[in-house]
Amino acid sequence: MSKITGAQATIKCLQEEGVDLIFGYPGGAVIELYDELLKSPIRHILVRHEQGAVHAADGYARASGKVGVALLTSGPGATNGVTAIATAYCDSIPLVVLTGQVPRALIGNDAFQEVDIVGITRPCTKHNYLVDEPEDLVPTLREAFYLAAAGRPGPVLVDLPKDIIAAAIDYPEKTPIRMPTYQPNITPHLRQVEKACRAILKAKKPVLYVGGGVILSDSNEELTRLARRLSIPVTMTLMGLGGFPGTDPLSLGMLGMHGTYAANMSVAKSDLLIAVGSRFDDRVTGRLDAFAPEAKIIHIDIDPSSISKNVSVDIPIVADCKLALTAMNRWFDAMTDFNEQAMRNQFAPWLEQLEIWKKTHPLSYVDDPEIIKPQYVIEKLQELTGGDAIITTEVGQNQMWAAQFYRFDHPRRLLTSGGLGTMGYGLPAAIGAQLAFPDKTVIDVAGDGSIQMNIQELATAKECGAPVKVAILNNSFLGMVRQWQELFYKRHYAATTMEFAPDFVTLAAAYKAVGLRAKTKDEVVPVIKEALATDNVVIMDFVISREEGVFPMVPAGKATTEMLLV
Amino acid sequence: MKHTLSILMRNKPGALSRVTGLFSGRSFNIESLSVAETLDPDFSCLTLVTKGDAAIIEQITKQLHKLIDVVTLSNISQGEYVEREMVLIRMKADGHTRAEVLRIVDIFRGKVVDVSPNSYVLEITGSESKINAVLDILRPIGIKEIVRTGKIAMKRAAKK
Repeated sequence: MSKITGAQATIKCLQEEGVDLIFGYPGGAVIELYDELLKSPIRHILVRHEQGAVHAADGYARASGKVGVALLTSGPGATNGVTAIATAYCDSIPLVVLTGQVPRALIGNDAFQEVDIVGITRPCTKHNYLVDEPEDLVPTLREAFYLAAAGRPGPVLVDLPKDIIAAAIDYPEKTPIRMPTYQPNITPHLRQVEKACRAILKAKKPVLYVGGGVILSDSNEELTRLARRLSIPVTMTLMGLGGFPGTDPLSLGMLGMHGTYAANMSVAKSDLLIAVGSRFDDRVTGRLDAFAPEAKIIHIDIDPSSISKNVSVDIPIVADCKLALTAMNRWFDAMTDFNEQAMRNQFAPWLEQLEIWKKTHPLSYVDDPEIIKPQYVIEKLQELTGGDAIITTEVGQNQMWAAQFYRFDHPRRLLTSGGLGTMGYGLPAAIGAQLAFPDKTVIDVAGDGSIQMNIQELATAKECGAPVKVAILNNSFLGMVRQWQELFYKRHYAATTMEFAPDFVTLAAAYKAVGLRAKTKDEVVPVIKEALATDNVVIMDFVISREEGVFPMVPAGKATTEMLLV
Repeated sequence: MKHTLSILMRNKPGALSRVTGLFSGRSFNIESLSVAETLDPDFSCLTLVTKGDAAIIEQITKQLHKLIDVVTLSNISQGEYVEREMVLIRMKADGHTRAEVLRIVDIFRGKVVDVSPNSYVLEITGSESKINAVLDILRPIGIKEIVRTGKIAMKRAAKK
């Protein structure tokens, strides 16, 4: 076979891996790759900042379940991507990030636009590579795609020196990936499954605590079946929302720092906590010694290092959530005297208690006839999209209000930076999600602070024809930090009052998008309706009550039962 | 408590920094480490001494397992094992101390590997406690400089 260039081989390999969309930004080190990309059927989305490229690939991956791909140039191109790579790493999102690198002969010489991106991203990628021989190029790319998606997913970075991209190579035949050093355990140990099922049969106050692993492994159906047939209430982490229908009577909503009263109380009082694809994050557990103090703990997770990391686990099941939940369902299928009604009766007093908590302390806010309450905006967004939009968020109050008041019934509908908490995530992620699902409504719920972190991506949205909608909950504050300052720092609003912001309506016009503003409550619904009916990028600027807080709230370091309520 | 981990990993550029980066990034402790190629040049063996309670050691081993370049690892201090460390010691050795230093080296079955009119370089091999004992004895005479290798260790063969 005749030789082809490294650039041709790279594009060929991407096609072989099923890639049809790449987000990127060109530069000197990757010109050859762009030259080949131009000739290929792969669609390239030109972003306006490299952080946007990786977030958009991330949004695409979260919405579609496929591996997202970004292409950045060397030096500043690569470092601009780092925050977004770390974002994907914290939330276990499968990405392949290709970065250009200076020619091998110049590596280590402090060359123009040279940076040790492999060194920089070592702690925030699942794995990364510097391709140092032309013949390693294709095998490395294949390994990268495999690693990104296998086991606990994550971003993988491949650094491509310019001379390797230009080198003539033989394109190797595709062979199955064999990595003796990476063999994640995905099938559950049946003895552990049996132990877990027997523990459920013996429980009186069980609760399922569901995280992003259920979304990543697409096991929402298995989870829903298990929860419903056993009548086990379900609480979800921010990353787990949509893993179980939020409008189901068994749903307790989100738990943790801004979780519902019922969710936090259920964990505190439960005698059996069934953690599925969740990692006992500090925002979930609050003070560790007061987290689920009376409960036996079952923990299903694909990553053994998640088990007993923060909280000691009684019955660990290291496996893919889908396979573990399927095995549990099968165990109950095989149980001859299994009776759904009997389970319901067994847990009846517990379910009654949960209903009381739900009724006495529902998620709520003090509405106002004139002033716009952010929670009201989210409720109307849900209502007017039929609860079926893809919602991305920025980070802060906007994120928590979206998580609390938009009740997600389906997985992959809430795309949010949970682990790293990256402001500026929502808009580029929305573009990625919109390109994955051109016919769906995609809304970025934003704050007036965080929207400005990657607002340049409005141009990307316009250029690639992604009619995303941005709902700015505008309080002229960096609201979440302001809330902490109000509660714990004597209302010293240090650096959180954003005195100046652009006029978002005019700004939208500058981008040839549509800008709409609502200043009073009665303007909210018409604005949302108009936005949803517009086939263009729309910015909705909701001028909300300035000092609205997110409640319930568990102060950092407190037990999750010590909630500040509305 | 101290633990000795024996880590077999791919002999690739950056593999060592993945291991050390994991320790620094997660605030784990490295007492010593020693690494070199194995019989198969595609792999290298890293002996690492760390300390921590059972939960920390469990996290360390699980996190190490997650590194793609790590092939296998064992906490060999949990079973029967042999460990050795080597130290090179530059000793002040003039007229009246030269003989005494040689006697001590002999007792500890060490070697003199470099000689100058007023110094020796000694090579001593043994367990960590033996090396510490040698250093304690030699210190009053006048140690100028030491270089220690860090521990290497190997499981003992199963007795059967």
